[in-house]
Parts: sequence; C-alpha cells; structure tokens
Amino acid sequence: MSDAAAMSDYVIDVRDLRKSFGARKVVEGLTLQVAKGEICGFLGANGSGKTTTIRMLCGLLIPDGGAGECIGLDIIRQAPLIRQHVGYMTQKFSFYEDLTVFENLDFVASVYEMKDRAKAVQDIMVRMGLADRRDQLAGQLSGGWKQRLALAACVLHQPKLLLLDEPTAGVDALARRQFWDLIHDMAGEGLTVLVSTHYMDEAERCKRIVYLANGRIVVQGSADEVSSQSGLITFEASGEGIDDAARALRHLQGVEAAAVFGRSLHVAGTDRAALQTAIHSIDGDLKWEEVPPRLEDVFIHMLSAKGGEP
Amino acid sequence: MKGYSWRRFFALLRKEWIQVRRDAMTLRIIIAIPIMQLFLFGYAINSDPKNLPTGLLSSDHSKYERTIVAALKNSGYYNIVPLASEAEAEEGLAAGDLLFVIAIPPGFDRAVDRGESPSILVDADATDPSAIGNATAALASLGADLQRDLPAIRQSEPQTPAFQFVVHARYNPEQLTVLNIVPGLICIVLTFSTLFVTTLSITKERERGTMENLLAMPVRPLEVMVAKISPYIVIGYVQVALILIASALFFHLPIRGSIPLLLFALGLFIGANLALGVLFSTISANQMQATQLAQFTLMPSFLLSGFMFPFRGMPLWAQWAGEVFPTTHAMRIVRGMLLKGNGWHEIAPELWPIALFALIVVTIAVRFYRETLD
Ligand SMILES: Nc1ncnc2c1ncn2[C@@H]1O[C@H](COP(=O)(O)OP(=O)(O)OP(=O)(O)O)[C@@H](O)[C@H]1O
Ligand SMILES: [Mg+2]
Repeated sequence: MSDAAAMSDYVIDVRDLRKSFGARKVVEGLTLQVAKGEICGFLGANGSGKTTTIRMLCGLLIPDGGAGECIGLDIIRQAPLIRQHVGYMTQKFSFYEDLTVFENLDFVASVYEMKDRAKAVQDIMVRMGLADRRDQLAGQLSGGWKQRLALAACVLHQPKLLLLDEPTAGVDALARRQFWDLIHDMAGEGLTVLVSTHYMDEAERCKRIVYLANGRIVVQGSADEVSSQSGLITFEASGEGIDDAARALRHLQGVEAAAVFGRSLHVAGTDRAALQTAIHSIDGDLKWEEVPPRLEDVFIHMLSAKGGEP
Repeated sequence: MKGYSWRRFFALLRKEWIQVRRDAMTLRIIIAIPIMQLFLFGYAINSDPKNLPTGLLSSDHSKYERTIVAALKNSGYYNIVPLASEAEAEEGLAAGDLLFVIAIPPGFDRAVDRGESPSILVDADATDPSAIGNATAALASLGADLQRDLPAIRQSEPQTPAFQFVVHARYNPEQLTVLNIVPGLICIVLTFSTLFVTTLSITKERERGTMENLLAMPVRPLEVMVAKISPYIVIGYVQVALILIASALFFHLPIRGSIPLLLFALGLFIGANLALGVLFSTISANQMQATQLAQFTLMPSFLLSGFMFPFRGMPLWAQWAGEVFPTTHAMRIVRGMLLKGNGWHEIAPELWPIALFALIVVTIAVRFYRETLD
C-alpha cells in the first residue's frame, strides 16, 4: 500500500462504516483502504463482523453510518452498479443445488450478459477442474467441490474486485493451494481481492492482513508487521516430555499459550521476565530457544485477549 | 446498468424453467391435483341425487293423480309423502325436510278431461340447484309419458298437453345448472393450483440461502418476478387444456366461444394469480407466512366469486369485495364464453379488472422486493 496513492487508486475506500442489528453494534467505525491488485486478508474471531463488512461493501447491507466507494462507485447510492463488477463469494454455499455445475455457471454468465458465454464457462470449468463434473447437480457435490464451483462462478464475469468470505473452509490442501495460486494469478492481472479466512497459512499469503475485533480494525499490515506489532515473545523447546511440560506451563504466570506442534513445544507471552521464569521452572532436559512469533501465536494471542487489543 | 434487461430476464427464466422441470414431484402434483379436483368436485356437485323427499298436496284423490304419482315414483327422483296442509308443506320446505312440494289442484281429473290443460304446481327448494336439477328436468319427459296413459279422447288431440308442471324454484331464483358449475369449477381449481406455486418462489430462495447470491448479481426485481411467473403460465396452460378436455369429455361441457380468446383470458387470469403469489412470497419472511397469506385470500375468492352463492344474491358489500378478485371475473368470462358463446365485446368489461389487479399486484411486489439483506 502506497501512501502516495491518490484516493481514486483504491479499489476499496470506505470510512467509518457502522452497522447495528437491533441494539447490537456489529461494525463500529471501520475504515479500510485496499489498493488495486492487492490481496487483503480479513481476519477476526467468529462474530467479529467480517461477513457484515463484506456485505456492506457490495451493497447487500446498507451501512447505518459512514461512507465510501468500491471500484470508484458509492457503496450506498450506486450499489446496483457495483454488483456488475464485483464477485462475491458467500460464506455459505448459495448457488442452486438443483442445477448442474454447468447450468449454474451458464446462469451466472448470462446474468452478467457476457459476450462469449459458452467459451467463458468452458474455460473456467477447465481452470477450476470442474469439467469432469459438468453435468453433476451442485447439491450432490462434496463440500470442497461446492467451494470450487462457487469460486468459479464469482470470478467468471471477470470482476474488478473479489470479495471472498471464507472461500476455502472445508477444502483439501491441494485444492487450497490451487485456489490461492489462482487468486495470486488474478491479482497479478490487476484483480483486487479481499478474503476472509481463519487459516494462518492463507493469511501469510496475503500482502496485507486486516485483523478485526468487535467490529473494529485492531491491527493491520504485512504478516511480519503484524507479528512484530503484537509484542509477543515466543520460545521453542524440543526433546522428551514436551507434552507434560506443555500441560504444566499452561497454568504458570506469564504464559499465554503453550502448544505442541509435532516434536516441538511452543510457548508465548508478552512478559519476557515472567515467561523466562516459567520455562526455567520446568524440569527435564528441554532445550529452549527464542524464535520469532508465528502468525498463529499472534492471532491466538489476539483472540484470547479480551477486546482484541494487541 | 439498464433498468430492465431481456438477456438477464432470459437467464433467470432459463434457470427457473430448469428448476421447475427438475422438481418432478411438485410438477406432478400441480398437474394432477387440478384434474383430481375437477372430477372430485365435478361429480360430487354433479351427482344425480335420487329419492328426493317430496310432499304431495291434493284435495281429491283422483285417478289421474295416482297415475302421475306412480310415474313420479318410477322416475326414481321422487320419494313421495302425502301432506295434510299447505302449512305443513311450507314448514317442510323451510326446514329442508322436503325438497319438493307437488300440489295437484282440486277438480284435476275433470279439468284434464275437458282439455283445460291444468297446471300442477311444483315448489322446489333451489338452494342447492344441482340437487334438484335432474329431478326437475325429469318432469318434462314425465308429462309426455303420461300422455299415453290418458283417456282415448285426450289422445286424439295431442297438440294441447293434458296438463303441465309449473316449477317454482324457491330460495335461489338464479338456479345454476350443472353446466354452470363446471365452468366455475375450472376457475376455482385454477385459482387453487396457481396461487400456491409462486407463493413459495421467493421465500424458497431466501430459506435456501440462494437469495444472497441472487441479490449480489446485477438482476432487477421485475426481471426476477416475471421470470418466476413465466414457467407457471406454461404449466397453467397445460392445466387449462387438460381441464377443458376433461370437462368436454366427462361433463359434456360445450365450448361455444372462441378458444384462442378463452385461452388469452385464462392466461391473464393465471398470470394475475401467479403475481399475487409472488407478492405474498415477497412480503413474507418464510414459507409458512406466505402459505397463510395465500390461504387467507383463497377463502373469499372462493366464497365471494359467485361460485358458492349466486353473486346477485349477496349483500352489496360482499359483491364489492367479490369484484376485487380475479376469480370472480374469470368465472363470468368462462361461463359466458363456454355456455353463451360470448366474444371479445362481452368479456372486455371482465378482462380489464383482472389486468388491473395483476398490474397493481406486480407494482406492489416490486416496491416491496428488497435488494438488500436488511
Ligand atoms: N442479519 C442479522 N441480524 C442480526 N444479527 C446479525 C445479522 N447478521 C449478523 N449478525 C450478528 O452480527 C455479528 C457479526 O456477524 P458476522 O457474520 O459479520 O461475523 P463474522 O466475522 O463473519 O463471523 P464468522 O467468522 O463466524 O463468519 C454476529 O454476532 C451476528 O450474530
Ligand atoms: Mg462470516
């Protein structure tokens, strides 16, 4: 993100968005700018307002307050125009289960009044590996294939902005890899992507991460920036008895998280002195080493900190 | 972005059409139910009731009277019980214990012999015209049959009937006949089968979660609605064809008016019902509410249309309410076209209220259709 970029260079440029459902304030003063070609990861706890924000961006919900533009169009007054150029992938699969893969895609292509419909549909099916399942009813696809269909459908009309709401939930590792390669390819072609996710490896593939808590952005930047901003200190140990050590450490002061990853134990906290005291109190011949915090540690730290302040 | 795009409309239409075709069970139901209803109600209402309770008022038990009573009994329609007084006759008719009262005037034999062609007054309870229709019709042939049993002098001059039945339809002077009921039934059955199919259309999108996607696409409310209605107009025509053929074959219903005009009028009628269904679907949060709204309108359109009760017999306010419903006008059109051979000129005054109704309903539906999830 370049600060020198003029306002009009932002594909998403919204200020102070607010939304409440009844008395519940779901989004409170969200300001977000995403530059053209950027892949922006949208993270936050369940119920933090990610879906609500995305819906406001594509005009599906009218904000109670605030203003802004998406692809240069006013999100409140020009919502129908925005829809023409935005691909929105809903969190819950929402294509027609009683239509086949091909029929769903063909429907989308014709609703967007695409010129060479047959070719566009054929191309996207090949690109997403859906060609073999062309005549299968969408309702009979497995969860991961449904997600692929949904992604295919929302990039089909070559939108300028992609809003993806947890696009890879339930998708296998290979498909996720392909999926992200595709997103990077399209970003390279100038497509802007805002993608919400709960997966750390996906967050790491985003140029920028925006972390939401209680409807506000609490931290944003690249993965490294977010890690260093967190002020988190992490130690790693390996050797015999790491499971017992993890159990013991979890209750000690200064330890926010103690988790075993494969053959190593990961301990994180914000108070260096307390953390060191804690790990030295553990018997056994564990070798401790300070490591840079993983993004996962950072997010767990933020998720568990009440109010989500880093 | 254009306000209305035919390409988007056809995209939606194709999708709706596939969905309708693929929902085989619902499709079977909406084709089969109207036919079943037609037969069920058609025969139930048409049934040819026999042994109807009939009171006989006579002052002198003459010999011709015995012949006539025997003939009435033999027709199978009349179960005759003698009455003591006119007061008893009135009471019996009012209470529904008697459907007919046959009064043979004093000095009947003598009047017949003199060639005066006396009248036998038949009071009929016509509240349920179909109940007495066939019995009343049988009277005409009875007169001719009896002619043969009369004395030789009378047979020499057959040009004047020996006597005549004068039927006095009580309570329901309009006296609908079987032929009046089947055309009405066609409209009622179509109302039932068309109103509900679109009632679920938009709530279904909402409940299946596909609405969010549809809203995120550049489709406009009017395109969505017309696309939801159109496939069912086609199916409605299939129903109309089946119903008309069945009515002609099994109920010997004549079709005297122009068939293309009839189909046009019925298409408009079906469209109006489907539009009302879409409106209900638009303003309801779920399928339950939408169904209830539809049921709420079915009752009055059934009762106030002139199908159940003669329209002109209803109080003025009920007539006004009845005029609102497309079923009322469709019923007049179909009756007029099938039985009287009415043409464009006669049905125009009934067509525009249906068109106006459809227009208003679609306008309200478009206004209430939300393009957001709020
Ligand atoms: N239509 C609605 N009516 C009432 N409350 C709503 C509505 N939509 C969302 N909410 C509430 O708003 C809050 C934020 O919801 P949102 O779906 O935006 O969260 P999210 O960040 O997408 O969560 P998740 O990670 O679980 O998808 C939740 O508490 C939810 O209950
Ligand atoms: Mg969500």
